[in-house]
Amino acid sequence: MKGFYLLLVGVAVIGGGVLWYGSQRTPAPAPSAPVAVAAADGFRGYTLGSDSAAIEITEYSDFECPFCASFATVQMPVIREQLITTGKVRWRYRDFPLPTHAYSRFAALAAQCAGEQGKFWEMHDQLFTNHQWAQTGKNPRGLFREFARGLGLDLDKYDACMDGQRYAGRVQASVQEGEARGVKGTPSFYVNGRPYQGRSASDDFKALVDSLTKKHK
Amino acid sequence: MIRRQAIVLLALVGLLVATYLWLYKIGVLGELQCGTGSCEYVQTSGYAQLLGLPVALYGVAGYATLLALGLAGLQRRFASDRRLSVLLAALATAGFGFTIYLTAIELFVLHAICRWCVASAVIMSATWVLSLADLRRAPATTP
Repeated sequence: MKGFYLLLVGVAVIGGGVLWYGSQRTPAPAPSAPVAVAAADGFRGYTLGSDSAAIEITEYSDFECPFCASFATVQMPVIREQLITTGKVRWRYRDFPLPTHAYSRFAALAAQCAGEQGKFWEMHDQLFTNHQWAQTGKNPRGLFREFARGLGLDLDKYDACMDGQRYAGRVQASVQEGEARGVKGTPSFYVNGRPYQGRSASDDFKALVDSLTKKHK
Repeated sequence: MIRRQAIVLLALVGLLVATYLWLYKIGVLGELQCGTGSCEYVQTSGYAQLLGLPVALYGVAGYATLLALGLAGLQRRFASDRRLSVLLAALATAGFGFTIYLTAIELFVLHAICRWCVASAVIMSATWVLSLADLRRAPATTP
């Protein structure tokens, strides 16, 4: 029996030591600091919808912003169905990570790195649909990598893209563009280049698009 | 006695696993060591909370209680106490049921597996089997 208690103490000491060691290690910080690099490739954001659509709506968004997540998961599916797939609207997504959010710039990089492999919108949906990561305050590096794996991305390419912050310049250029246009918060919208001041509801977008479409006719 | 010793050992390992997941959940640990699993996906999902508390905390409480009961059951005065076997079996059955629920969530709702959760599920299943065996062997009456 004495040997058994010694075994128990051994397991407790080793396990407790591992937990203590883990709690002392600080996780690698996610790259979230702004970088002063302009987009050298002239990238203007990923789009959804027809290139020939008469109306273009540009969205400035932040992956960590709860209002953006609500918009993406509640309103956007209706907008996609009613306005984008019907060819009425081309939707352009622009990054506007707010400085108050620790990981939104990192999330924007993850989406860009997925976009490099043709899965920007799929990663966009993952980031917004599984938005619990934005409430935990934890480093989401591993979680985003799991999203990438789930989307079938080449993880070696994804890792290289993330580690090298390959699209930091794009993200920063998008922020500068938004600031130049007067974006103050997220989500912000521009309809054919003009700031949209209405509610971020699919019904309101539909009403606006319908009225603009009549003007075009 | 050997079954209760095994229950105690399993409960201790389960307690360490649950504590690890709980410390991650409350932000003490930065990243989960998960290898190829989907630990962070599972742990940051809405199903990792129950009634406002982290699911891992229920695990900590459950394993700690099993450990305490198991250690008590190793003492001579409780060695042949049927009430303790009943308590162990009841708690292990509740834990096993909860484990089945959580594993079903991983498999059929989240479509993701967390290795640490699997480890806990194996530990709790083994504990359940051992506790039932302990109950079967326990004397019909309490001394």
